[in-house]
Amino acid sequence: MELVSIGIKAVFVENMIFAYFLGMCSYLAVSKKVSTAIGLGTAVIFVLTIIVPANWMVQEYILKESALAWISPQFEGVNLEFLQFIMFIAIIAAIVQLVEMVVEKVSPSLYGSLGIFLPLIAVNCAILGGALFMVQRDYTLAEATVFGFGSGVGWLMAIVALAAIREKLKYSNVPDGLKGLGLTMIITGLMGIAFKSFIGIAM
Amino acid sequence: MSTEAVEEKIVKKVSEPLLSKRRKKLVKDPLNEDNPITVQVLGICSALAITIKMEPTIIMGLAVIFTVMFSNLIISVIRDFIPNRIRIIVQLAVVATFVTLVSELLKAYNYPMFKVLGAFVGLIITNCIVMGRLEAFAMGNKPYDSMLDGLGSGLGYAWIILAVSFFREFLGSGSILNFKVFEALGIPYVNNGLMVDSIGAFMILAIIIWIQRIKTGYVEQ
Repeated sequence: MELVSIGIKAVFVENMIFAYFLGMCSYLAVSKKVSTAIGLGTAVIFVLTIIVPANWMVQEYILKESALAWISPQFEGVNLEFLQFIMFIAIIAAIVQLVEMVVEKVSPSLYGSLGIFLPLIAVNCAILGGALFMVQRDYTLAEATVFGFGSGVGWLMAIVALAAIREKLKYSNVPDGLKGLGLTMIITGLMGIAFKSFIGIAM
Repeated sequence: MSTEAVEEKIVKKVSEPLLSKRRKKLVKDPLNEDNPITVQVLGICSALAITIKMEPTIIMGLAVIFTVMFSNLIISVIRDFIPNRIRIIVQLAVVATFVTLVSELLKAYNYPMFKVLGAFVGLIITNCIVMGRLEAFAMGNKPYDSMLDGLGSGLGYAWIILAVSFFREFLGSGSILNFKVFEALGIPYVNNGLMVDSIGAFMILAIIIWIQRIKTGYVEQ
């Protein structure tokens, strides 16, 4: 039950985009067409579900204070937390590269649709943000996995909704200065208001 | 003796002044016409997340200027030695080093602010402005120029987030830099909760973009 509530919270209440503004760069840049938005969103779900638990293990068995004690008792008290950023980002970059190679080998058709988006994901702040939030909130491994998956689903939902609205807006008559980024910001704000209604739901 | 003098003259002619027109342009362009946030659409995540109050925004601006400048410098110095295939990882490692530095400094000297900024200091690593400048500029230009370019982009980012945070704090909390303006003036003002919320950030940024684009005449297709 706890897991379900973490998942739902990650999708709706604490949506990566509307509550934390994470992954905005690709959210704004790749939301012109629904089909590409679905591609990128799927890739984000995929990567988040793998990376949040992976970084959980790194945090738990390498970085945390006294975490290295499982190798030998003399490492008791060693705290490598200052290496957190470098470790996390290196693991994200490495796993993204790995996932790209595996997908290319195993399923060329999936690679065809995800391929170009995977490198983009290494610098998507939603991924690193998910990993950092996981540390801040002291999740267990199962919770971290659910949280990663849920965050990805929330992100996919947001980008697909925005892409659909932008497709419809393409032929509307918008003031010149507002075209593109300005209008997208306003739409995102309005969508944010809608998502605010989930906050009242206590989990 | 005379040949030496002539040579010196030639050398002087070739080397650019420290702040030539071209270099000034490197710093000035990102402030308005080529602003990283409003024109290039980079680094929006943190621009919106930490702009509720002005104080953390100033710290964030400084942190980003520092990170962009120095990672630009380092990448530009080692640009000829980076194998093309792994350049993203190299860039990320350099940026992460500087961000770790910033975060440790903040933890040591201003711990309350570190708590306020939370995960967003770490997220400077994936701030697209930093990566974008490294990819687009530092990989192909000299160190000093790259540093100026980083300074320009950092300043362009900083002034936009400062503007956003000014309006968000003023309208959302009725204060400027934690000084309660409306209370001091004796004007009754009900704080606008929408401005503290993420929605206010989107709206204010949209309005800033609109005004700026009317001025520069930039139209997105």
